[in-house]
Amino acid sequence: MREILVERSLPRFAAARAAAALAGAAGGVAVAPLRLADREERPLPGPDWQHVTPLLSGICGSDLSTVDGASSRYFEAIVSFPFVLGHEIVGVVDDGPLAGARVVVEPVLGCLARGIAPPCAACAAGRKGACERIGFGHLAPGLQTGYCADTGGGWSDGLVAHLSQLHRVPDELADDAAVMVEPTACAIHAAFVGAVQPGERVVVLGSGTLGLTTLAALRHHAHPGALVAVAKHPVQREMAGALGADQVVRPDELERAVRRLTTSLALARGRSTSRLTGGVDVVFDCVGSSSSLASSLAVVRPGGRVVLVGMPGTVHVDLAPLWQREVALLGAYAYGAEQTPDGVRSTFDLAFELVAAANLERLVSARYPLERYQEAVRHAGSAGRRGAVKVVFDIGRSSTPRWRGQPQSATTPTVTHESPTPTHESPTHEKLETNA
Amino acid sequence: MSPRPGFVLEVDRSTPPTLFWHGEGWRLERLPVGSRVVYPPEPHPALADPDAAIRHALEHPAGDSAPLSSLLHAGAKVTIAFDDVSLPLPPMRGPDVRQRVVEAVLDAAAAAGVDDVVLIAALALHRRMTDDELRHALGSRVFDAFAPHGLLLQHDAEDPDGVVHLGCTDQGEDVEISRRAAESDLLVYVNINLVAMDGGHKSVATGLASYKSIRHHHNVRTMQQSRSFMDRHHSELHSSNWRMGRLIAKAGVKIFQIETTLNLDTFPSQFSFLQKREWEWSLRDRATFHATSTALERTPAAMKRQIFQSIRSPHALTSVHAGEVEAVHDLTLADVHRQQLVHVDGQADVLTMGLPYICPYNVNSIMNPILVACLGLGYFFNLYQGKPLVREGGVCIMSHPTPWAFNPVHHPSYIDFFEQVLAETVDPLEIEAKYEESFATDPWYVHLYRTSNAYHGVHPFYMWYWCAHALQHLGQVIVVGGDRAAVRRLGFKPASSLADALEMAEDVVGRDPTITHLHNPPLFLADVT
Repeated sequence: MREILVERSLPRFAAARAAAALAGAAGGVAVAPLRLADREERPLPGPDWQHVTPLLSGICGSDLSTVDGASSRYFEAIVSFPFVLGHEIVGVVDDGPLAGARVVVEPVLGCLARGIAPPCAACAAGRKGACERIGFGHLAPGLQTGYCADTGGGWSDGLVAHLSQLHRVPDELADDAAVMVEPTACAIHAAFVGAVQPGERVVVLGSGTLGLTTLAALRHHAHPGALVAVAKHPVQREMAGALGADQVVRPDELERAVRRLTTSLALARGRSTSRLTGGVDVVFDCVGSSSSLASSLAVVRPGGRVVLVGMPGTVHVDLAPLWQREVALLGAYAYGAEQTPDGVRSTFDLAFELVAAANLERLVSARYPLERYQEAVRHAGSAGRRGAVKVVFDIGRSSTPRWRGQPQSATTPTVTHESPTPTHESPTHEKLETNA
Repeated sequence: MSPRPGFVLEVDRSTPPTLFWHGEGWRLERLPVGSRVVYPPEPHPALADPDAAIRHALEHPAGDSAPLSSLLHAGAKVTIAFDDVSLPLPPMRGPDVRQRVVEAVLDAAAAAGVDDVVLIAALALHRRMTDDELRHALGSRVFDAFAPHGLLLQHDAEDPDGVVHLGCTDQGEDVEISRRAAESDLLVYVNINLVAMDGGHKSVATGLASYKSIRHHHNVRTMQQSRSFMDRHHSELHSSNWRMGRLIAKAGVKIFQIETTLNLDTFPSQFSFLQKREWEWSLRDRATFHATSTALERTPAAMKRQIFQSIRSPHALTSVHAGEVEAVHDLTLADVHRQQLVHVDGQADVLTMGLPYICPYNVNSIMNPILVACLGLGYFFNLYQGKPLVREGGVCIMSHPTPWAFNPVHHPSYIDFFEQVLAETVDPLEIEAKYEESFATDPWYVHLYRTSNAYHGVHPFYMWYWCAHALQHLGQVIVVGGDRAAVRRLGFKPASSLADALEMAEDVVGRDPTITHLHNPPLFLADVT
């Protein structure tokens, strides 16, 4: 079996961090403690576990943070090395009662998966993301599949998953759509955490996968009075508009746009707009950086909410406005169960519905074989700039990248489109970036 | 020797390249053989003794007005309103004509024993002037006598207690003007009539009015029905102002109008080539042109702006009339026409123009892209009477760097208009319907207009409406040498050279189009038949 293995090596993580600081996101991939490894089939940790062969596995922003050595040390106690990255997974079950079924893996490793009985209060309530026994039980520590030494992860051609983690994929849902279910579930959970009330004005900061799916989630599960998306790149702006943003602005336009939207006053000091006195009701920070959090605090109204959706690390931000304006800072991690008007629903069930309703498979922009993981990770690190949103691994396919639109059953695909003009960077992938 | 009138040159093989203004600089362009270049008239001579002419006008008023001295008496409440920083262009060398007139009026008031005199800069919805700008316009003597005592005001169209509603015209137009002006025993208005649009009833009905009142004529419909707004008798903008002005008079507001005209001596002697015909450039002109062009190429944009904004025009007073508004304005218009009218025979397929660094709304500021559009398609396009210089469906080619740059203090709402509104649509009617009110009533813009040096929140809309007639008339607008993204945001086509622009124009108007170039400024008014 092949897998992209992450080993514990502080010097190499430090080197990756330095490289990323110079080269930008995913810049650490060449020096990070990351390699394509062969190994025996992973043993099943218990009776309700199955082997799963991934079909597609996405590259998430948190994966990039890991590769760049930028993840918070907070996670050290809840991951176990070596681990295999990849938690956005659609695959086929190899054995057990679901053998042959196409499934999406819900990666959070809660009490049930860990063999802990009775489960903690959060898991008992279906809120697996808030599990209080994380790191305990018969599994090695690992908050999710993809960070646990015992389970493997999606960047491989085989992992193990607990029956409670598996969601059968409807036949009509394509793999491209199914691989979007996990990030969409994160976005839906964030939308519920934000508890946007009808008519409230909302900013979604960041228009990568998480930002765009959050937009879709807000449009489907809330009734904001105005939904402003912040997007850097043309494809992101286009997608943000298509997924329901009322207004799409560039990062440097945000403060002015919010001031206009809310008719806020501003405390000017030589400039016309500086330090808004009002702001929007809720900001969804789908980036998780120091600057995005500072921007969030700059445009949220007194008494408003900032929901951290993108995974932050150690950030440096002036919290004086949070204090003085009594802003609520809320984390939104993973998923579980949501209180909907129709009762309590599994976030993943809601995500399956939203992926289909909002046609979120269009966010999948490029596929790579495992062998070309460094290219794939670099592409994901510069996705927006290169006109892409979600980059995925296409497991078990030929090492030739498959063109979007080509039949998924093709095992030795041939390129049927006219080749684009070669570039020095990636002669074939530029075409792969084209969105539907 | 009397000054030569304006002139239409037909370009032939011996014609030297033509000067095009290009923001803080200029370009020499070879126009195709057969193109026409319309040159302004030469400056008319200045009045030999402007102060005497002013005093004479005040005591020999036009129309049914009594002489100023007989309208002033001890105990009278007198307000003197004057045109703001948007006139003249470029700002004139001291003493400014407003200083001369205001000093003469104050002398008369003092002689009559009038104590209650207030000066008001007639801003309409323009930005407040700085102290330096006020001092330049009025002179230190006036400024120091009034400003420290709070007697030098700037009109505040958003002061609910400072404006008074005088009624509605028979067309339902609200007339709401400065309370101080309306409640004075005498309102003296001091104009600079740089172009034919200025003055008349527009002075008070716009300059001292509120947004509620101004919106009745500063709108898309009015601008599209003004052919052009430089021709008072074919301008709906003026018709509306005239209705308002007559209502103001009927409401009992006593106005003593003073209008002044300036000659076309626009640029100081070191830039004399700018107001000469190219084949008449002397060796010194050519040397100056090349030296300044070379130096400007190496000068940072901000410094270039500073250099050009420091230019003071040698404009000189050519006439002054005072008295009843309409009678005065008729005399003034005749003088403006005498200096500025140039007869042009027929329209062209393509109109070219070089846009300079300044327009009425960027004095001591940045010519942002919206102002570029307004200067070209609002002001220059409308410098006609009869019919436009370019045929319907024709192409307008403008030369300007059109930087994506704004002065955030002067033009805060412009930035949002450019970033938010024009990103969505460039259709003036759609913009007016969807966005005007929210910008006009935005409390932040209102605050900045009233307390800072910001144009009113609605002002960028008016700039866009000013373009409405041209946008309706033209088949395409091309900007040569502009910031491509900014030009596209305006809805125009960018071109890197005049040759490229002319080739692009052929896609719209066909091959071998007729071309007319507006060799402007100095400003003139084309009389197109």
